[in-house]
Amino acid sequence: MSSPLRREEVAYVAKLARLSLSEDELDLFTEQLGQVLEHASDMKSLDLDNVVATAHPFGLVNVVREDEVRPSLDRDEVLAMAPDARDGRFAVPRIMGEAP
Amino acid sequence: MKTAVQIASDVRSGASSATEELRTSLEAIRARNEELHVFLYVDEEGAEAAATRVDALVAKGDDPGALAGVPLAVKDNMCQRGIPTTCASKILEGWRPPYSATVVDRLVAAGALLVGKTNLDEFAMGSSTENSAFGPTRNPLDPSRVPGGSSGGSAAAVAADMTPLAIGSDTGGSIRQPAALCGLVGVKPTYGLVSRYGLIAFASSLDQIGPFAKTVTDAATLLEVIAGHDPMDSTSLPEPSPSLVAHVNDGVAGKRVGLVRELIDGADQEVIDAVGRALEALRDAGAVTTELSIPELRLGLSAYYLIAPAEASSNLARYDGVRYGLRVDAEDVTAMNEATRTAGFGAEVKRRIMLGTYALSAGYYDAYYGQALKVRTQMIDAFARAYGQVDLLLGATTPSVAFAFGAKTSNPLSMYLSDVFTIPTNLAGEAAISVPFGTGEAGLPIGVQLLGPGRSEAQLFSAARVLERADGRP
Repeated sequence: MSSPLRREEVAYVAKLARLSLSEDELDLFTEQLGQVLEHASDMKSLDLDNVVATAHPFGLVNVVREDEVRPSLDRDEVLAMAPDARDGRFAVPRIMGEAP
Repeated sequence: MKTAVQIASDVRSGASSATEELRTSLEAIRARNEELHVFLYVDEEGAEAAATRVDALVAKGDDPGALAGVPLAVKDNMCQRGIPTTCASKILEGWRPPYSATVVDRLVAAGALLVGKTNLDEFAMGSSTENSAFGPTRNPLDPSRVPGGSSGGSAAAVAADMTPLAIGSDTGGSIRQPAALCGLVGVKPTYGLVSRYGLIAFASSLDQIGPFAKTVTDAATLLEVIAGHDPMDSTSLPEPSPSLVAHVNDGVAGKRVGLVRELIDGADQEVIDAVGRALEALRDAGAVTTELSIPELRLGLSAYYLIAPAEASSNLARYDGVRYGLRVDAEDVTAMNEATRTAGFGAEVKRRIMLGTYALSAGYYDAYYGQALKVRTQMIDAFARAYGQVDLLLGATTPSVAFAFGAKTSNPLSMYLSDVFTIPTNLAGEAAISVPFGTGEAGLPIGVQLLGPGRSEAQLFSAARVLERADGRP
């Protein structure tokens, strides 16, 4: 049976998910993810137009609290666990490209 | 090996001490941890300090708590301040959380001795611990077989008599399945009963923390300590911890119990036979037993393997090399994110992120994720109809006894099928317990599963206790 998933789609999804896959991984994932989607096809054909979707087991309502200042995590302790931190902030490689 | 209840009683009465109980536990860990690979981190120093505190409280005549001096193992996807917490992933290797999970705080306050962090499938994605980035855990009952997963290390800690209690997390069966494969009691509590604050998220609408123990009473004792409202978890149920231990010996007289055809279909014959004998045992104890069919449960696996990866793809977006854990340097931030995630995540985590990203992507959302959410509604409604007829449901926990290493690793779908009987409870947000009942192939334990509606834990423990006694454990 042909996979419900095309290799190009897997490559595109990997890009969305910020993962780079080797050629072999692309082949393997196309096959394996295809099998899972194939299994899920038992669901696709159901007529569920009148069924309400459940994103959460109990109908949650918003939980609010008083807007008051409370102690939070120690900044230095949190930043100490970061791969790179400068001047009390998380530091990352450059975000913008070079000026043309 | 003493039960947790015995240890706490001995420590409180002075017949034993926390220091002495800890020594026994650490000796057992030293004896077999290398062979079984149960713990990713053993915190001897912290546990010794905790034992000293408990012994000092006893000496002063103060109450050291319900778990006084009880050594306990914590799955390594729960934060313990200052203690390495990895989720069995390279992406979090070396990270020490700046805060503790609510369950950790509650365990410490109850006098438990946290001896270390246990192995798991990376980010709790798996059913065998073979997906741990640091190598699998072996089943203490037969080291050539898996302990189940994802909470395989926690199950193995109890099965190997390293600790009488452990906690795990259950998103699709990750407590009940390893409990069954290791011959233990394992509980997936009602969604929201136990705070998830400090539990590293996998699938937030499904994840729930629960206990492993050798006896039903020990499991109830542990759940009572960790359950109850927590303002730090907005999905936490509003009420305080329920009374569970007091109901363990209530029995099942007059209770209606239904064996569910879909919760044994496809299981090995020896498992089906065990479930049949469990139904008889409940009937002998005064339950009104019946058999029923809930066809909607057949769609559970399909719905779960879209919903859980969808939520995971969102939850795991936070591992981007910026705030904690691994960073692989690259010329710009996007390349750094990609290089970090590619190097840090294992194959199964990547598969699930990919599956979830696909299911949520434009053009496929309605067909996959949207449809799965509707199936979830149908499952909840079907359970509600069943609980209109019976009080509790009975089925198998797993299709087979513990399987061999490598048996299911080449085909992810076959591994996913290990959870076919446990997934529906997570989708419905309800409660279930796995209790050992008889043995199968090679003398390995079989687990049977009791399911109940939300907040039915007391009834589940009563029924599980009946099965425990019927299986010859007084």
